Amino acid sequence: MAIFTPGLKVTAHTVLVKDRRLPLEGEVLVSVGQDVRSGDIVARTDLPGKIYPVNVANQLGVDPGRLSAAMTKAVGDTVAQGDQIAKTDGIFGLFGSEAFAPVGGTIESISNITGQVIFQASPIPVEIDAYINGKVVEVLADEGCVVQAPAMLVQGIFGLGGEVQAELAMAVSQPTEVLDAAAITEAHRGKILIGGSYVTIAGIQKAVAVGAVGIVTGGFDYDEIKELLGYEVGVAITGGEDLGLTLIVTEGFGEIQMAPATFALLEARVGRQASINGATQIRAGVIRPEVVVTLDDRKAPDQKVQAGDPKGLAIGDAVRGIRAPWFGRLGQVSGLPVDPVILGSGSKARVMEVTFEDGTTALLPRSNVEVIEG
Amino acid sequence: MSETRPLRSVLATDCGSTTTKAILIELVDGEYRQTWRGEAPTTVEAPFEDVTRGVLNAAQEVQELSGRKLVHDDGSGIITPESDPQTGVDAYISTSSAGGGLQVVVGGVVRSMSAESAMRAALGAGAIVMDTFATNDTRRPHEQIERIRQLRPDMILLSGGIDGGTRKHVVSMAERIRAARPRTRLGGAYNLPIIYAGNNEVHEDIRRLLSDIAALTITDNVRPVMERENLDPARDKIHDLFMEHVMAQAPGYPRLMEWTDAPIMPTPGAVGLIMQTIARQRGINVLGVDIGGATTDVFSVFDGHFNRTVSANLGMSYSVSNVLAEAGLPMILRWVPFDIDEKQLRNRIGNKMIRPTTIPETLEELKVEQAIAREALRLAFIQHRSFAVGLKGVQKQRTIADAFRQTGDDSLVQMMQLDLLVGSGGVLSHAPRRAQSMRMMIDAFAPEGVTELAVDSIFMMPHLGVLSTVNEDAATQVFERDCMVYLGTCVAAVGTAVPGKPVLRVQLELPDGGPVDETLSAGELRAWALADGAHAKATLTPLQNGLDVGAGPGKALQTELRGGRVGVVVDTRGRPILVPEDQAQRVPLLKQWVDHLDEYPEVQ
Repeated sequence: MAIFTPGLKVTAHTVLVKDRRLPLEGEVLVSVGQDVRSGDIVARTDLPGKIYPVNVANQLGVDPGRLSAAMTKAVGDTVAQGDQIAKTDGIFGLFGSEAFAPVGGTIESISNITGQVIFQASPIPVEIDAYINGKVVEVLADEGCVVQAPAMLVQGIFGLGGEVQAELAMAVSQPTEVLDAAAITEAHRGKILIGGSYVTIAGIQKAVAVGAVGIVTGGFDYDEIKELLGYEVGVAITGGEDLGLTLIVTEGFGEIQMAPATFALLEARVGRQASINGATQIRAGVIRPEVVVTLDDRKAPDQKVQAGDPKGLAIGDAVRGIRAPWFGRLGQVSGLPVDPVILGSGSKARVMEVTFEDGTTALLPRSNVEVIEG
Repeated sequence: MSETRPLRSVLATDCGSTTTKAILIELVDGEYRQTWRGEAPTTVEAPFEDVTRGVLNAAQEVQELSGRKLVHDDGSGIITPESDPQTGVDAYISTSSAGGGLQVVVGGVVRSMSAESAMRAALGAGAIVMDTFATNDTRRPHEQIERIRQLRPDMILLSGGIDGGTRKHVVSMAERIRAARPRTRLGGAYNLPIIYAGNNEVHEDIRRLLSDIAALTITDNVRPVMERENLDPARDKIHDLFMEHVMAQAPGYPRLMEWTDAPIMPTPGAVGLIMQTIARQRGINVLGVDIGGATTDVFSVFDGHFNRTVSANLGMSYSVSNVLAEAGLPMILRWVPFDIDEKQLRNRIGNKMIRPTTIPETLEELKVEQAIAREALRLAFIQHRSFAVGLKGVQKQRTIADAFRQTGDDSLVQMMQLDLLVGSGGVLSHAPRRAQSMRMMIDAFAPEGVTELAVDSIFMMPHLGVLSTVNEDAATQVFERDCMVYLGTCVAAVGTAVPGKPVLRVQLELPDGGPVDETLSAGELRAWALADGAHAKATLTPLQNGLDVGAGPGKALQTELRGGRVGVVVDTRGRPILVPEDQAQRVPLLKQWVDHLDEYPEVQ
């Protein structure tokens, strides 16, 4: 069994295939072969409005079995907030009572057993955009489409916040540099900032204050997530956070220099429009946060590109250590011994020899190394 | 599979979220033994999207190691039955937890009564309960409906009311489900299965409300009368629907279902089954734990009552940061026997969450990981104890003894009555030294009196659980001989000790180590080697009136202790185990405990 961690993609050129799906069935607005821009709406639907159950029988003071007779509106009727929906005549025209719609919408059901009337509020329209500039290569009937484009892709390891499209801007000059509040200015409004080894909490707060929309950084402190969000992220399933911008961490928690190849790719595209997404899911069905810059001058393939089988590990592959004592160290695979080795912890594991950038070598457990996929 | 001749060989697979594990069980000299094993990555997700590829790969590995041909040349399945000792197996069976396992939403009328019974049925079937709804929920009805909408379960189990009881409240819950129009997790064209197991006089109402929006199945009430639960019919229906609806939609499962000789079971359901079998056969109380990357399952069988809980967000990798969030850093730090920077520790735990497959390379990393494991296990056990209680809502006759009971603890899980504690999951089963596993389990579960401890050698319990449905003898033989790695016995005195005075006299007759006669003070953790399979006669005498080792306060206990890879461990640290908060006091004390059990190699 191949024991190594599939890596994060960091590549100047790949063909990116993006599913753009509605949360519910709806209307697809594009067709196969159509060129789209990142902000173009490709599908829309109406999410059902919120449900409001109200015990109208209780409000009227009648037995649930007599509710139907008291209703002035029927199942399926559209009502506005405050409309009368039921009334009783009372005795000799006195002590009559009325009930009113709590929201605008439709009446879903009337129960003669529980006395409940269920209202469905007006639908909420939802639209999804293309996210990247590209070509529609497949329409997912009633659900959305698949957009494909040649693109630069940098996958991060952890992110917060959702999709954003904006221009890339440098906020540090070296991948080893810490991004702090002092480096962030009004000029960064509306931009995605490229940081280095670490971003301080003050740096993030300043970026939000000036209206920057994203930060890409090598490292970040885990305990500052709580300070940002007001709660801890106990399981790495993110994307819906509202912290005022989208944060993408490329290396991990702590102060870790951004991989030079990653930094160089991003630096070379400063001023270009990028699409970023902090959504992360580490469990089954892995989703990585990402920075995408589409290569609009290249022709997109017309046919949908199929994902290949994951490739194995080979001598010469670029790798990154992902666990102490080698956390964040970059190097190349220089040996793949077959026999397991006893580690310092006393565990037995298969290892690989890695030659680090400074020329030193070490044996690392295969599961503690991540391939940097080009 | 032949009905007439004895089973000679079985291939069993467990399709986990990341790895598919195959074991071969063979009849060797009249005894069933687990002989070979193999594993391969699970292939439920893209790019493969066919679980059978992983199954065949794992079986192929067993084939190569054993020399027994198991897989058809064209990859069309497992060869059954055995045609000669080198070809095929008599039965092929499997469990599955791939794709996040079986996820169920539960509903009832009263949270602590019918909803709790339904939850017990779902958990016992091996499900993860995503949420529980009841009419006395703290959430308002529209919030419940919104939540049911957001959840995308594999099925819903609705109960409520005793037979002939409330109609209005049960119908009200059904109306909420109808309003939410719940959708299935896997999508596709099939309707969400809903099992109704409540008041038998509202079947017509339930059909009217739910049959057009879901695949409705009606079965016997989980709580037909207040005093009794009837969980088996609902549990069986969950298993049936798991196969018919859920598995049938998952990639490759229809083919896998054709290959197996017994229904595919959810992995935790199978583990629960083997625990119950062992408890019944040996007539003992058993507590089991399986600590995984994302979740921790706890199983208990006390006086024949089976309970299972899943702590969905307590685990050693995907959920490791949640252990930190729930336990708090000081609770983890109290088990770390060296000084460490708190910020660095938080980042390390965060990095384990985002790189879940990494392993501790250094001794320091291993100690931190085992400290976290203690807290994950402890928290999961607290949840289990509070769930494993007698039926609520039942009028009880109180005796004088009840009135004087001090604990007020109505959990069925009473540690003084526990006979066997079984640990499973990577951090326990694969710890470099067995003494580490034993310490983790003692610290987390705090057993009382005399308790045997064991770990599952290679997480074979799911395979044996499903095997017990085919051949119970084979399952229990393999469980004892190959699955269990006995660590030894823990002796713990409980009660209030007067500080500074001796607490326990330990007299042991060790088969090869001569007699032991020692007096222990409070706060000690001592170990004596006693080989696996060996037994030692023991006289355990509390030296203070308030202390109990199982014979009653202040009374001596004469018993026989079972050995294991570690031996006999005597714990006089008291219950709960208190560790000094001050680092300067704590670290030397932890080092002392570590040294007595020889847990870690000397650092050069």
